[in-house]
Amino acid sequence: MNTESLWYIFISASLINNFVLAYFLGICPFLGVSGKMETATKMGGAVTFVMIISSMCAYGIHLFLEAIGAPFLQLISFIVVIASTVQLVEMFIKKISPALFRALGIFLPLITTNCAILGLALFQTNKGYGLLESFVYALGAGAGFTLALVLIAGLREQLEFAEVPGIVKGTALTLLIAGILSLSFMGFAGLGS
Amino acid sequence: MAEQDQKNKKGFLATANGQPSTDEFIKGLWRDNPVFVQVLGMCPVLAVSNTAMNALAMGLATTFVLLMSNILVSSLRNFIPKQVRIASYILIIATFVTITDYLIQAISVELHKSLGAFISLIVVNCLILSRAEAFASKNTIGKSIQDALGMGVGFTFALFCLGAVREVFGSGSIFGFSFFPENFQDWVVMILPAGGFFTLAIWLLIFNGAKQRKLKTS
Repeated sequence: MNTESLWYIFISASLINNFVLAYFLGICPFLGVSGKMETATKMGGAVTFVMIISSMCAYGIHLFLEAIGAPFLQLISFIVVIASTVQLVEMFIKKISPALFRALGIFLPLITTNCAILGLALFQTNKGYGLLESFVYALGAGAGFTLALVLIAGLREQLEFAEVPGIVKGTALTLLIAGILSLSFMGFAGLGS
Repeated sequence: MAEQDQKNKKGFLATANGQPSTDEFIKGLWRDNPVFVQVLGMCPVLAVSNTAMNALAMGLATTFVLLMSNILVSSLRNFIPKQVRIASYILIIATFVTITDYLIQAISVELHKSLGAFISLIVVNCLILSRAEAFASKNTIGKSIQDALGMGVGFTFALFCLGAVREVFGSGSIFGFSFFPENFQDWVVMILPAGGFFTLAIWLLIFNGAKQRKLKTS
């Protein structure tokens, strides 16, 4: 606990090892819903929420599976928990804000297959984090994901007005911006040492 | 191992169908290439394409899971209730991924280490789920096998394109054999995460350019 304080875990998950820009997790929603600032923020919120809940559950499941000696069930149980959490969030958003529900569209159920969430559960297990550390890790990962999504959405909104050659339009352009963002995020690497 | 598997399946298909049609197989290679055209399953594409070897291993592992899950989904398509189909697909996929995970660990611990968590993350590869939902759940086993093989090979091809380019420029070698003169300065950026984004963007540009040129000429 001395070198890896909670604060360090948070900074590491959100900035230094940003899930999107350094680990390439959650690229699908990153390319899909990053067109508009508003949707991006809310998508970030939804993902962070699912992350925190599933990370807590994953911690419990890991302990349980260790106790009964069936680690090969880990992946299957993780994915089931994530799928049910997403279902819960989906119902919640549909009730609270139908407009947001429509805006997120297909990408909401697709949070289930968002690698960032499963990746988070697997990484925290590999690193042997405790309950509190897992919570902070999930929070940091969610914040990092939201940050990357919002940054790219802002850039893409500006680029709507720019004149780009036809073949660059779309995914290729987003990937190029993401590459530049990823380069700039490497500047945070010094924070950890 | 996975390759051998594929070959057996192809032989079986040719005899079982009478007149084998290869349409479903071909479309995955080029017209509907999962990576360059459909832009599916991006996470592993970017993450493990830092060397050609990793890319190839990842592609084969994904192809294996895709093939097995397509076969199972297709053969169970009349039994799975519509409401719980996605959950069932995910469970089927997760089972095969767990098998693959242990299999790779048994074959080469080193490879398992360098691919890391990304083997487990095949579960959430959108490509596999989308093939199960869009194709295998509506078509016969034979067609699903063709579809899975086509998509799998297309995916592996794309991964390899990326991995080879990144390894050649990033470490000055391919499959670990270096061939550049000694004073070649490695482009470190290519093996960094940013290099993955740039390389994929350039491949997409090439594909888009080819498509547009074809449209213009026809």
